[in-house]
Amino acid sequence: MSKATDVTKINEKSPYYDITPGNQIYGGGGARKFTTGEWRTETPVVDWDKCTQCLLCTPCCPDSSIPVKDGKREDFDYDHCKGCGICAKVCPFKAITMKEGI
Amino acid sequence: MSIRERMSGNEAVAYAIRQVNPDVMAAFPITPSTEIPQMVSTFIANGDIDTEFIPVESEHSSMSATMGACAAGARAITATSSCGLAFMWEVLYVAASDRLPVVMAVVNRALTGPININCDHSDSMGARDSGWLQIYAETNQEAYDNYIQSFRIAEHPDVKLPMMVCQDGFITSHAVMNIELIEDEKVKSFVGSYEPENYLLNPEMPMAIGPYANSPFYMETKMNQRIAMKNAKKVILDVAKEFEKISGRSYGLFEEYHMEDAEYVIVIMGSAAGTTKDAVDELRAKGVKAGMIKVRVFRPFPGEELAAALKDAKAIAIMDRAESFSGMGGPLGSELKAALMDAGCKATVVNNFYGIGGRDYTVEDAEAIYNDLMEFEAGTKPFKQFRYIGLRK
Amino acid sequence: MAYNFREVMSKPERLAPGHRMCAGCGGTIAARMVLRALKPGDKAVIGNATGCMEVSTFMYPYTAWEDSYMHNAFENAGATLSGIETAYHALKKKGKLDETYKFITFGGDGGTYDIGFQSLSGAMERNHDLVYVCYDNGAYMNTGIQRSSATPMFADTTTTPVGKVSNGKMQNRKDLAQIIADHDVPYVAQTTLLTTMKDLYEKAEKAIYTPGAAFLNVMAPCPRGWRYDASDIMEICKLAVETCYWPLFEVVDGQWILTYEPKKKLPIEDFLRTQGRFKHLFKPENEGLLEQYQAEVDRRWEDLLFRCSK
Repeated sequence: MSKATDVTKINEKSPYYDITPGNQIYGGGGARKFTTGEWRTETPVVDWDKCTQCLLCTPCCPDSSIPVKDGKREDFDYDHCKGCGICAKVCPFKAITMKEGI
Repeated sequence: MSIRERMSGNEAVAYAIRQVNPDVMAAFPITPSTEIPQMVSTFIANGDIDTEFIPVESEHSSMSATMGACAAGARAITATSSCGLAFMWEVLYVAASDRLPVVMAVVNRALTGPININCDHSDSMGARDSGWLQIYAETNQEAYDNYIQSFRIAEHPDVKLPMMVCQDGFITSHAVMNIELIEDEKVKSFVGSYEPENYLLNPEMPMAIGPYANSPFYMETKMNQRIAMKNAKKVILDVAKEFEKISGRSYGLFEEYHMEDAEYVIVIMGSAAGTTKDAVDELRAKGVKAGMIKVRVFRPFPGEELAAALKDAKAIAIMDRAESFSGMGGPLGSELKAALMDAGCKATVVNNFYGIGGRDYTVEDAEAIYNDLMEFEAGTKPFKQFRYIGLRK
Repeated sequence: MAYNFREVMSKPERLAPGHRMCAGCGGTIAARMVLRALKPGDKAVIGNATGCMEVSTFMYPYTAWEDSYMHNAFENAGATLSGIETAYHALKKKGKLDETYKFITFGGDGGTYDIGFQSLSGAMERNHDLVYVCYDNGAYMNTGIQRSSATPMFADTTTTPVGKVSNGKMQNRKDLAQIIADHDVPYVAQTTLLTTMKDLYEKAEKAIYTPGAAFLNVMAPCPRGWRYDASDIMEICKLAVETCYWPLFEVVDGQWILTYEPKKKLPIEDFLRTQGRFKHLFKPENEGLLEQYQAEVDRRWEDLLFRCSK
């Protein structure tokens, strides 16, 4: 029975015998454990009073950082959002604003 | 009971493929290996095997598709020669680094420049540093036997590396010789089925393969390949022992011919070993202590083992069927001389190029080489380290 | 079945965050939506040509793909996926596999239009049951914005730089969707990123679930290479469609179908003006180039209308 690779145990200090044979990785989506949120220079913020849950922002996120649950969007995944601002631009209700900084 | 037959080297490999019944074969025709995919296609067309054949549009794609199939969890094979192998060059390295145990029948042929369809080893020697296991055959019998053993070696958990099973173009691939074939059922149970632990089509566990892995990981990855390559030596010998039980034929990393007290030795690979053996027989009849070593496994390179086998030799001629244009020796010469030096060898050593682009190599040529070794060693002829055998002057 | 946007967006995410694509990348927006078209119960193997997407989504040891994934090299995504798809049939035939798998490969225009063209053509001609998705950003972005055969005319790239005697790329872009359609595969479509992504989703779904080889050409803008503010991507895609620079169509079993016809075709300047790579075209002395551009867009559009029997 194959086991998922624990990607948190493989890093730039790992000895050769801890590097997976053929650099193969078992189990999907391990990138979630790598945060890209600190790339941001601007941060999207939702005004929940204005948000109508139209979801038009959700498919436009290049970083899968607008989670949808039970047909409704949740708050941003700030661990991964890179602050590109696409969501703010597409929101027809101006419910998302970009704030300076992380 | 084994089956006595007469067939060519290509037929022998195709026969072995039929017995192994791999899951996937992807291939593109190139002389002199073309017959192998042709024959496999015929087996498929007649329902003899249920291998899926991918008639790709190039060798780059035959290797790429074979790698994809292997990563997906299939036993996957291909065959090629010469420029076809050269066209795969980039992805050969990827296959080895990805640790994909694909098996490739290589029918050795000179690389183009100028175009030449005849045998030399420039194609597979060009790929010697790609991380593939390489095994060479003297005869169609050995091509068949090596091919059957290759799956057990490549797929072994301690190895997991791709493997080239080489034979000499036309000389072995097309010449019909006597052969002893093993019964289908024995081959099937010897080879077994391919059951990788991890593969792309494993519904229990997805797998990602082929990452971007920069300097923090690259060197460690190469070390792991090196370890696998070194592990292969034992695995090759273990598999050979088991193979002997079903075939009665024994194999090592190399074959020694009259080496028990040999003073003058030719080290050679492939079909030309047969020619050399005839010369050894004639010289032995005259009382000359001639011997020969035929290197079967080139990757991993059995340097220490060869040096040990050559420890009592007075003079050695290493024969290369491929140029490397260093202005010095060929691939076998360079590597074996390094191993001999490490072992403190004091013998006289020359490195000859022969059979390049299909140039004849005769029993007389081999005898002349032995005679030269004796004269070099005795100091009765000016020493010449590098020579082209059979070159017109 | 009618497109249910809310339902589609509620499907599980198959491209995880944490990849290193640039902020605002069009390629990953396209990839996310294509993967959403998979039925949740179906498994998939994803292929990838070398390029931005590959080096960013599987940077050892982190894979962003929830499904099995294989990158091999730059020019062989078609052949590699051919092998995987063939292995699937082999294992199915031998009773070693019960699950349903789908096969999707992503390549940029470099890996698809150019260096991987032969491998793609072979995979299409052999009609493997797979989808090749080109995320077309019109240049070799991974190596730093060099021109490709997908680069539009007059674009400023690092190998077709605008200079004193140069107005950028002199040649027109290759129409790859048309070339693949001429392979007589069951399904070819061209699309881009538009509001609810209905067009992209529906075409991806057809591509994935039509038996045989399918090709999707998705215009996926690159903020760095095209030189626009990353947040403008959706507006740029819309203008590409409304100016008929990037028409939406599909070719189903050889039948050309226009999937969107703008009510009023906008002038090409409206699309070109949004991007720094075309800035030089708006110098007064380059008016003729804009006319030339419009004429080329018109010619191609008329040709497409003819193919679609409009």
